[in-house]
Amino acid sequence: MKSIAIVPAYNEEQNIGRVVDELRAFDPELDVVVVSDGSVDRTAEVAAERGAHVVALPFNLGIGGAVQTGFKYAHAEGYDLVVRCDGDGQHIPAELPKVLGPVLAGEADIAVGSRFAGGDGYRSSATRRIGIRLLALIVSAIARQRVTDTTSGFQALNRKALDLFAADYPHDYPEVEGMVMTIKHRLRLREVPVLMREREHGRSSITALRSIYYMAKVLTALFVGLFRRRVVPAEEA
Amino acid sequence: MIAAGTPLKVSLAATGASLVLLLVVFELIRSRRLRERYALLWLVTGVVLVVLSAWRGGLNTIAGWLGVKGYPPAVLFAVGLMFVILVLLHYSTVISRLADQNVVLAQRLALLETRLSEREDRS
Repeated sequence: MKSIAIVPAYNEEQNIGRVVDELRAFDPELDVVVVSDGSVDRTAEVAAERGAHVVALPFNLGIGGAVQTGFKYAHAEGYDLVVRCDGDGQHIPAELPKVLGPVLAGEADIAVGSRFAGGDGYRSSATRRIGIRLLALIVSAIARQRVTDTTSGFQALNRKALDLFAADYPHDYPEVEGMVMTIKHRLRLREVPVLMREREHGRSSITALRSIYYMAKVLTALFVGLFRRRVVPAEEA
Repeated sequence: MIAAGTPLKVSLAATGASLVLLLVVFELIRSRRLRERYALLWLVTGVVLVVLSAWRGGLNTIAGWLGVKGYPPAVLFAVGLMFVILVLLHYSTVISRLADQNVVLAQRLALLETRLSEREDRS
């Protein structure tokens, strides 16, 4: 089975080398494609030196556009199994078997690694926790199944899910909206507990006001997404 | 009760302004700086404003229907504003489509570059 790891990265020259190395060490059979999302540093070069396929976007598309580029690559190259892994080193390749498990067993089309499903480990500020909890509740209600981590980019997908996301993938908040899309398209979603590293550099300094703004935008995107016409993945021409 | 009419001066000024708008739109289309497709709304806006400005009886009647009693030319503002909103909304859809197309182009370009360079490396 041809499998590939998609790693979106924006100016991650410090971390990307280690991420690629870890993925390749985890499984030498696993191909790696790094999508450099308009990086202005050496992200693309470093990734290529470490033996990853590199797709370099001409300008920054944002996380959704970058990840979809990876999906399109995997789709065109005929991969059957895809894992998604962030380029900042937050996701631990050694945890991959956990997300791969349900997909390999044919029990899920998409498996999402959750920081919260297992209980302990991941700490963040109070406002963020409330926001995460609220989003999880809303998505759980829409999905009619319990989800705990709606912002996790640590995922495994089979070919069916890949077909869908290569054709249509949400741009702004792809993890949250992607979950809803998954359900709407009647794909099977499974959440599995995983460990993640805490972010090393304090880039994600989200204030209370920002969190509220973020929530408003995500919720809008979510509800708009519910009414949006569904794009059916076209057969490859 | 006698409804107030549209003052002649207001009518003349509004007609003049609307005609200028129409002329500018025509010139932009003629010089190919505005695509017909996007010009349609502007043309309709201009024509409607010219008609309502010049035809005082009509404006007064419409004002009567809408319950605008004091000052019929207020209808001109309302109609103008409505078209401005329509045009803006139209632009939002145009921009959205352009943004989507831009994303697809960027992705396709990047994927083609990757395919090309990987093919060159192999040979």
